[in-house]
Amino acid sequence: MTAPALPRRRFAVLAESLVLVGRSIRLSRRDVETLVMSIALPLMMMALFVYVFGGAIETGGAYLTYVVPGIVLLCVGFGAASTAPAVADDMDRGMVDRLRSMPVAASALVAGHVVASVARNALATAVVVAAAVAMGFRPDAGPLEWAAALGLLLLYVLALSALAAGLGALASSVQSAGALTFFMLFLPYLSSAFVPTGTMPAALRAVAEHQPITPVIETVRGLLTGAPIGASGWAAVLWCTGLLIVSSAFAGWAYRRRTHR
Amino acid sequence: MIVEVDGLGKTYGRRRVLDAVSFGVPAGSVLALLGPNGAGKTTAVRILGTLTRPDGGSARIGGHDVVREPVVVRGLIGLTGQFAAVDDRQTGRENLEMIGRLRHLGRDGARRRAAELLERFGLEAAADRQAQTWSGGMRRRLDLAMSLVVPPAVLFLDEPTTGLDPVSRSTMWTAVGDLVRGGTTVVLTTQYLEEADRLADRILLMDQGRVVAEGTPDELKAQHGGERLVLAHPDQGAAASAMHLLADGGAIPGPDPLTTDLPSDGGAEHLRRVLDRLHVAGIPVTRVTATRPSLDDVFLALTGTAGSSTRAAARVGVPAGVATANREGQ
Repeated sequence: MTAPALPRRRFAVLAESLVLVGRSIRLSRRDVETLVMSIALPLMMMALFVYVFGGAIETGGAYLTYVVPGIVLLCVGFGAASTAPAVADDMDRGMVDRLRSMPVAASALVAGHVVASVARNALATAVVVAAAVAMGFRPDAGPLEWAAALGLLLLYVLALSALAAGLGALASSVQSAGALTFFMLFLPYLSSAFVPTGTMPAALRAVAEHQPITPVIETVRGLLTGAPIGASGWAAVLWCTGLLIVSSAFAGWAYRRRTHR
Repeated sequence: MIVEVDGLGKTYGRRRVLDAVSFGVPAGSVLALLGPNGAGKTTAVRILGTLTRPDGGSARIGGHDVVREPVVVRGLIGLTGQFAAVDDRQTGRENLEMIGRLRHLGRDGARRRAAELLERFGLEAAADRQAQTWSGGMRRRLDLAMSLVVPPAVLFLDEPTTGLDPVSRSTMWTAVGDLVRGGTTVVLTTQYLEEADRLADRILLMDQGRVVAEGTPDELKAQHGGERLVLAHPDQGAAASAMHLLADGGAIPGPDPLTTDLPSDGGAEHLRRVLDRLHVAGIPVTRVTATRPSLDDVFLALTGTAGSSTRAAARVGVPAGVATANREGQ
């Protein structure tokens, strides 16, 4: 006997993605520990850098103004990294199998995780920027500069979230998924986020100036505070776009590797 | 046959987890894949559920090939895995509504369907609590309900009651029994003979990736266990004489020294003949017990307690038909 095949509706993938975005956002909202940590950590780092280390760091201006873009990037890295354990949890506990045994597009699940990550980061960034303003941060950016800075941050978050999703699919457990994203939290320290790269030893300085986070930070800093951007703008866009493409391909590969057995 | 499996094979590394497995499931019936850990049951179900690709043979659900038309197949099946795949931080209702909306029932349709299923599985009281606060049995029922949001043509249940306490297990059996009475075709895997005996129309006994026997629970018991008579005697002398007299009938020493054990066809005529012969020979018998084998006996006989299943299968004599049917699939 042959059972009738139901045709897929035209906007099925979009509808499925929306359902799973809603799910991921709901799960993020209820994972209070992770949410609080992803906001509290950058706030604590900002207070630490501004009030403890800041006085001793010479940046040629108010340290708060210098460090806020770096704190935002640190915060965004943390938020994106928590995509990895979320994906690993779905892999581990059968939700991926459940969805794969249903006529649901695989991309909808990844879309759910990545969009939820963007939402988490938007919230955390807003809180961090608000706190910075309360501490005396006065960005002189116009609407256009803000839009450009947010656009670049969005691109950066998408790239990191896709990378984290891939690492989550690759990880053998939720715990190791968290560990795999360690470098996302570490990389901002090896950049111009907290101190100008000029004082670093030559080898480290070469790394710091040529890793993707430095141009992103320089660009965001320039857009918000009027510091010179120079070639960092294009470098930042190219880095983020390239990272997004590579991370998406990597995430797809990791997902297939895990599921096609 | 709504499920047709022909010569299915799968190898992981050097381990052959499925070897030329063939079977069919008529619509509206229940098939149990029964076997110990590592028998290949879960792999078979994962292939049928489009989660794993076979490296040999073919499988069709409702006439659609699981490898070539996975999306069509996914629209026809429901799959409940070994571990309750529910979102802990969503409520039972949210979990069910999510599935309904993923299956394009619309917001209202999904809501109505979720309410129906919560009622049917006795989960209403806890419906709006997060699933992480639920008991294991409730989570399994929710998992099952999630596979039924759109009624599937074939429902796969992978070890539906493993790890559940007896009460939850019994509740789960009732739920599956109700589904079957409603006409759902079910393929389930289990390590529990009682479960297979109770739920399945047919049993496929698997061991080390191969099918070692197939039939209804009664057929398996009759073919591989056989009924037996156990005669109790007042003293050892009588027991020895009975053994000697009935040696031509296959008598062997029974479970204790004062008993004789012999195969039977389960009929009254055979029992009368045995008792007549003993009476004529003047050998006293105090009690007669007729035993039917349990599926446990069949299971042990066919899969062996450990090691070589081939020898165990040969010893009890797997019917040639079953063995050949499996080879033919290759």
